[in-house]
Amino acid sequence: MNSNSLRYCLRQSYISLWRNVWLVAVTAGIIAISLAMLGGFLLFAVNAGQAMRTIESTVDISVFLYDSADKEEVRRGLIALEGVESFVFVSKEDGLAEFSRSLGDRVPLSGLEGENNPLPDMYRVKVVRTDLVPVLAAEIQNIPGVESADYGEHLVGLLTRVTGWLNKIFIITGTLLALGAVFLIVTVIRLSVLTRQEEISVMKYLGASNWFIRFPFLMEGIVMGWTGTVAAALAVGLAYFRLAAFMQRETLAFFLQPVTHMPTLFSILATLLATGTAMGGLGSLISVRKYLKA
Amino acid sequence: MIEIRDVQKIYNGSSAGALSGVSLNIARGDFVFLVGPSGAGKSTLIKLIFREIDPTSGKVFFNGRDMAGLRESELLKVRRKIGMVFQDFRLLRQKTVFENVAFALEVLGESPRAIRARVSLALERVGLAGKENSFPSRLSGGEQQRVGIARAIVKDPLVILADEPTGNVDRENSRRLMELFEDINRSGTTVIIATHAWDLVNGMKKRVVALEKGLIVRDEERGTYSHE
Repeated sequence: MNSNSLRYCLRQSYISLWRNVWLVAVTAGIIAISLAMLGGFLLFAVNAGQAMRTIESTVDISVFLYDSADKEEVRRGLIALEGVESFVFVSKEDGLAEFSRSLGDRVPLSGLEGENNPLPDMYRVKVVRTDLVPVLAAEIQNIPGVESADYGEHLVGLLTRVTGWLNKIFIITGTLLALGAVFLIVTVIRLSVLTRQEEISVMKYLGASNWFIRFPFLMEGIVMGWTGTVAAALAVGLAYFRLAAFMQRETLAFFLQPVTHMPTLFSILATLLATGTAMGGLGSLISVRKYLKA
Repeated sequence: MIEIRDVQKIYNGSSAGALSGVSLNIARGDFVFLVGPSGAGKSTLIKLIFREIDPTSGKVFFNGRDMAGLRESELLKVRRKIGMVFQDFRLLRQKTVFENVAFALEVLGESPRAIRARVSLALERVGLAGKENSFPSRLSGGEQQRVGIARAIVKDPLVILADEPTGNVDRENSRRLMELFEDINRSGTTVIIATHAWDLVNGMKKRVVALEKGLIVRDEERGTYSHE
């Protein structure tokens, strides 16, 4: 296809898009909604990931020992591990005292001293790098005498489960909307093909290639996809940066600081653009294959 | 240039063949009338030459190449050497005379400058200079068919295939259209016309290939529509 053909095809796409402008707007709107959901899901996913890393990094590893444990052996085990920055031993008595202080003497703990103390001895371990927390916790767990190595994985596990459910909801809703959008694109392109049926049959007699005939329809679909993507990116971007500005002002939500790393955000935008283009192109191709058999 | 070798065509759902073992040779520069009653197989023959349809058996050759073996790009090249003229003109109503003729070059990717020059020349040749901006609905049947012919010749084809080109045109205009086809043929273009217009065929004394029930029953140089 040379530049003259390309110019001709683009002109045809433009005319056709204008002819069905309202239908095009509705289709682009549906694409925008489904892509906004996808964009929201991706932003949520990167932020949830960051929040989980923050939570993991702020907790030490609490290493609880069996009553029968050899404290010295555990100490040697901890020293031998790479990545351990420091650790302190907290005896069961110190633990009880801490627990009592944390309750502010609101609950009487008398009678739990000595042999009745239910708390185990423990080590509180700091690590040199936050991403080592889960790995080191697993290794510490294997040291003889260690009953459990806890770093707040329950909280992280809960977050993971909640995130997983939300992701599923986003994906299912987004996919249904995307399918609806593709169906609408197929309908709009079909209308466009029917409007130009006479022209298409003449084109075939004049020796036009299949791609020459199909290209304007493909462009129509892609333009719808792009329009939807731009609308989605603007809406999601605006909402996200307003939310980000708010979160940054709220110092209490220190572990929920939003991701503002531009390369990450641009990769999300690129994903949206690619998805929008693919949706537009796919809808057009389905229509063109079905109604423009050579 | 065109060789049809023992071609049979049976359409889906039909028990009888539209063509039954037809063989025909058409040389470059020939002027051929395909005549015969409705359903004789004239239009089927035209469609086979353009490869709008494939034969059930047998072969069609264009410039020595088997049409059935052509890839899509090769088939397009062949089709671009053929100008089609239809009984119902097949003009685009929303386009002007100029735009209708230019359309044939636009789909081939010609530049706007070349299109302007060649379309003007083609319209002049068919006697429609000055009607460039008219819409088909404002033209007579004869004029509309001239636009159709201009669209067919504007790309300098080797062959013109015309299926009942005078079917919707009055007698006087039909005669003028035939003169136009003769003029196109004189410049070296092969012209193949399927027609019922016996008086025009008889008056022109060109090669006549007569078909009946899917068979060639007569092939005469300087022939007539029928023997009666």
